[in-house]
Amino acid sequence: MQAAAEKPARGWFVRLWRAFVEAALVPILAIITAVIGGGIIIWVVGGNPFAAYLGLLQGAFGSTRAWSETFVWATPYIFAGLAVALAFKGGLFNIGAEGQLAFGALAAAWVGYALPNLLGVQLPGYIHLPLAILAGMLVGALWGAIPGALKAYAGGHEVINTIMMNYIALNLTSFLLNGPMKDKNPLNVIARTPEIAESARLLPIFANLRIHWGFPLALLTAFLVWYLLWKTTLGFEIRTAGSNPDAAKYAGINFKRILVLTMALSGLLAGLAGAVEVTGLNYRQELGFSIGYGFDAIAIALLGKTHPLGVVLSAILFAGMRNGATRMQFLTQIPVDIISVIQALILLFVAADAIVRKIYRIKAREDRLVLTRGWGG
Amino acid sequence: MDWRRFSFIGIIIILLFGVVVLIGGEQISPLIIISSMLATTLSVATPLTLGALSGIFCERAGVVNIGIEGMMLAAAFFGWLASIYMNSIFEYSPAISLTIGVLAAILTGGLFALLHAWLSITFKVDQIIGGTVINILAIGVTGFLNRQLFFDKGSIFGGNVPHAPGLLPTLSKALTVLCSGAQGCGGLPSLIAGTIFDQKPVAISAILLVIVANYVLFNTRWGLRTRAVGEHPKAADTVGIDVRRVRYINVVIGGMLAGLAGAYFTIESVPSFEPLMTNGRGFIALAAMIFGNWTPFGAWAAALVFGASQALQINLQFFRESIPPAWAFLQQSYVVGLAPYILTMLILTGVIGKTTPPAADGQPYEK
Repeated sequence: MQAAAEKPARGWFVRLWRAFVEAALVPILAIITAVIGGGIIIWVVGGNPFAAYLGLLQGAFGSTRAWSETFVWATPYIFAGLAVALAFKGGLFNIGAEGQLAFGALAAAWVGYALPNLLGVQLPGYIHLPLAILAGMLVGALWGAIPGALKAYAGGHEVINTIMMNYIALNLTSFLLNGPMKDKNPLNVIARTPEIAESARLLPIFANLRIHWGFPLALLTAFLVWYLLWKTTLGFEIRTAGSNPDAAKYAGINFKRILVLTMALSGLLAGLAGAVEVTGLNYRQELGFSIGYGFDAIAIALLGKTHPLGVVLSAILFAGMRNGATRMQFLTQIPVDIISVIQALILLFVAADAIVRKIYRIKAREDRLVLTRGWGG
Repeated sequence: MDWRRFSFIGIIIILLFGVVVLIGGEQISPLIIISSMLATTLSVATPLTLGALSGIFCERAGVVNIGIEGMMLAAAFFGWLASIYMNSIFEYSPAISLTIGVLAAILTGGLFALLHAWLSITFKVDQIIGGTVINILAIGVTGFLNRQLFFDKGSIFGGNVPHAPGLLPTLSKALTVLCSGAQGCGGLPSLIAGTIFDQKPVAISAILLVIVANYVLFNTRWGLRTRAVGEHPKAADTVGIDVRRVRYINVVIGGMLAGLAGAYFTIESVPSFEPLMTNGRGFIALAAMIFGNWTPFGAWAAALVFGASQALQINLQFFRESIPPAWAFLQQSYVVGLAPYILTMLILTGVIGKTTPPAADGQPYEK
């Protein structure tokens, strides 16, 4: 940092690049270390790590179709990762992205398949689609605001409450998809909703590829979250409440209101993930589709250092791994679950950056991310 | 634990039992229903009790552990795996294989806890993040090995997932063998059979461990040191207590308790492993710990409430037909299944009074 201060003449691009490298160095080394660790595990169970990783890369980025599929995977990851990252910025740990996502998807699906029949009119696409997505956002926001309010006004810790809300969402989704919202088609035996109307669908960008307009929407949302956090008063209040609650209170920030609002915004983004997945890809909600997104989103937010740009990059990386894993399993018979192990290792090395710094002998910086606090709240 | 908490717990348990007695009372004598509910409650509360004890040891020493869920899951898997291999490859008798399985589960819990201790004490990682890493790692490792070992190569579905060589026996069955016959030892086994005392080993040890933990924490030198380290590490350090060592040992003890809880799932309750089978029990256990104000008996009482709400779900299935139409929602197992989770949130809101965590809970110690 000192060197930069002495030579201000450098161009903005060079400075930006340096800032990026400095921020991304540890995450990148963490990824490399985790990949090596995963390779050792593959080797121990009798596989060929090089063949496995080659299959993974081919499956993730080896063709136009592979890229398209990776971006399809990345779309909900970006939204959900942003949800967790935004909560972290406000000093809150939202483990509930999974439940918020499931409920957002459910709401969007309901608007998509039931609303036109209920109203008795054909809704035009420019009304129906935004309505479906909006419903997902609102329900997600509500599902996120509940643990936020419980924390602000009753002192219940958000970590346990968001997890409980996940299980409640899972149970209620199972109930709804097996009962009131189940596809009544006599041929259907699966716990899922009917297909949503054509007018409630996000279109594919290209013919023959599954990548849909949800992906650009995710990138736009990442920009908006960045803008909100660093260019608006509300964002400043969220970040202050997160990094220094006492200062926030002295500065006259309504701490409790910000807390609820942060959780609501976080839930909104997670709900958006579900809504986009339903309107852009699945065209319905099916039981069990949301399982695992919550923990993946946490890993993505942490790997991206809770910065929107970092979240987008880590989301694409995780999406590539999930997408490529199927081909890896097909080619080398290494189970797709190895990806979860590698992700846990990445998270381990990102969280314990001291390990990575020790391995690669990098000097420590002092600006540690303050993420969460104890039960006292 | 003050009287308000205990009476709240009493009221909830009476309410939950009352629902089943009201619905099933016409078919079966209420006494039988209550004793069956009690037995189920004691049994299903086991992982919650052990998980809460695990949390108490960690947090009394000042280390927050939200990785209990993952430790249980990993222990459930490796305990189960050990019992299968001991039986099928080394051809030990089922009894010995199961015992080794339990020990393997405890060891697994201890090893995962060692990782947590290493992260949070040595590297001073944010402890909630560290616990999340443990949870994700446990899901990944168990899912990967389960598929790698037992599924047909390359297939997504299907596979030949084996069962553990039997289940741990109930007290009466074990005594029958030990006393050579149900009438041995003065007829003790036949006396116990079918009563609420007829529990299985992990469930029984959970109750004993509540008493032991209470004694250790509040009546021994080690317990005093543990609490000192969790309340005021600097003061403890000044009088010559090795803060890091005390924390390390307590976290590992906690992990071993979580490991024993893991054994409940695959060796005592059902003989098979399923991915994600712990289903949030580790987190509910933390809520029990908080509600019990970080004391073993308080946490046990809270665990019994959750156990009772699960017992409600299990026992209601027998009386599905006689549920009155006005209570039709009780027929939906998904809806009744919400009870423990909603109870957890309710309890955490502090409606029944605030609880106080150890003062240095969650803070890494810097000399």
